Amino acid sequence: MATVAAVIASTHHPFYYRASTSSGADRPPFADEWVAKIEAFRETLTQAQPDVLVMVGSDHFHQLWLDNMPQFLVGKAPFFDGNWYNEEREFGLPRMRLPGQEDLAAHILRQGLDADFDLAFSNELRIDHSVTCPIITLRPQADLPIVPIYTNIFAPPLPQPRRFVALGKAIRSMVESWPSDARVAIIGTGHLSLELGGPRQFGEHGPDPEFDRKAVDWIASGDVEGCLAEVTLESLHAPGNATHGFMDFMLMMGAAGDGAKADYVDSLDLFHTMEAYFTWYPNGVPA
Amino acid sequence: MSKYLLDKFLYTVDRDPDLVERYRDDPAGTVSWWEQEMANRLLNCHSGEQSTWLAFSDEERRSLREHDHVALFRMGAHPFLTLTLFIAMFERDHGPLEYQKAYGKALAHLSLPYPDIST
Repeated sequence: MATVAAVIASTHHPFYYRASTSSGADRPPFADEWVAKIEAFRETLTQAQPDVLVMVGSDHFHQLWLDNMPQFLVGKAPFFDGNWYNEEREFGLPRMRLPGQEDLAAHILRQGLDADFDLAFSNELRIDHSVTCPIITLRPQADLPIVPIYTNIFAPPLPQPRRFVALGKAIRSMVESWPSDARVAIIGTGHLSLELGGPRQFGEHGPDPEFDRKAVDWIASGDVEGCLAEVTLESLHAPGNATHGFMDFMLMMGAAGDGAKADYVDSLDLFHTMEAYFTWYPNGVPA
Repeated sequence: MSKYLLDKFLYTVDRDPDLVERYRDDPAGTVSWWEQEMANRLLNCHSGEQSTWLAFSDEERRSLREHDHVALFRMGAHPFLTLTLFIAMFERDHGPLEYQKAYGKALAHLSLPYPDIST
């Protein structure tokens, strides 16, 4: 059976690519520290020697739209084009193309449906920055086959937080039951407190540093129950109007396991929103 | 109230570079054209099929014609769609992050709970 080589949870900051590739007067003052942190984080995936990446993210009204909105969707295709015109326009993100791992996608779809997750699927999916940003930060050579899994954290009504945790646990279990000798990394990206298009956007820090501190503690200590006891669909409005993206972190806590302390934790306090990076090695820290 | 139709306008304009420029330069004309030609077009579907019932309210039409992002927020238009499109249209006229901060400041009188964005 396949091995879960690493579980990785991260923010997906679309400004990283431009900040890290700019120079001279265009290079922001925080770029060097940010690049150093990302390169250290990248090393945690490299050390795990993955063959396949399961990539959990959320479409930002690119391919998925309100006329036909899935809650959870698995991409099953030989290739995935990445990034969209408005992401090139606003963030300077490059066009990308990633290979797909259709055998694992089919396994997750079958096993997921049989475990009562009514997963939607797509055979022609153009992925957006929620998946391409962690490729840029963690695997910039973009050489490994992926299985993208999209969650709806964006267009209410949304699934409940505990459903995200449960899906994360199920993804872990489904990867472990995949008849393959591949090493699989499960990578998911979300947000800490975040405001988009509201009065608290683009401040000196994220809109709710206190929520961010608690969130980092929940994730780092694997405190799934503590997190579920405080976080509801209603409560997530308070830290910022786009904070429902935190539920993708909760999904990754489910994938890491109850009480699983992260083997690697880092964060970076930036304007607008805080960055946070976590890695677990379910089968031991690589030598 | 048709939050869905407001979102559909913002979504279809934002993903089309020509429409972004057209809406920036001629908002009233673009909104009239869009409501006539695009409001009932089924997206992500075979071409040539239309819905029959979608139209803006007077206040929705006014808000779009006047680039009034505060009113769009108040009516529950999806804030990500509004922000993304308005940055595309107006960031170029300002210094770094100046437009984004002014956009937020114009909403500073609002407190939680924000208007419901469910469609």
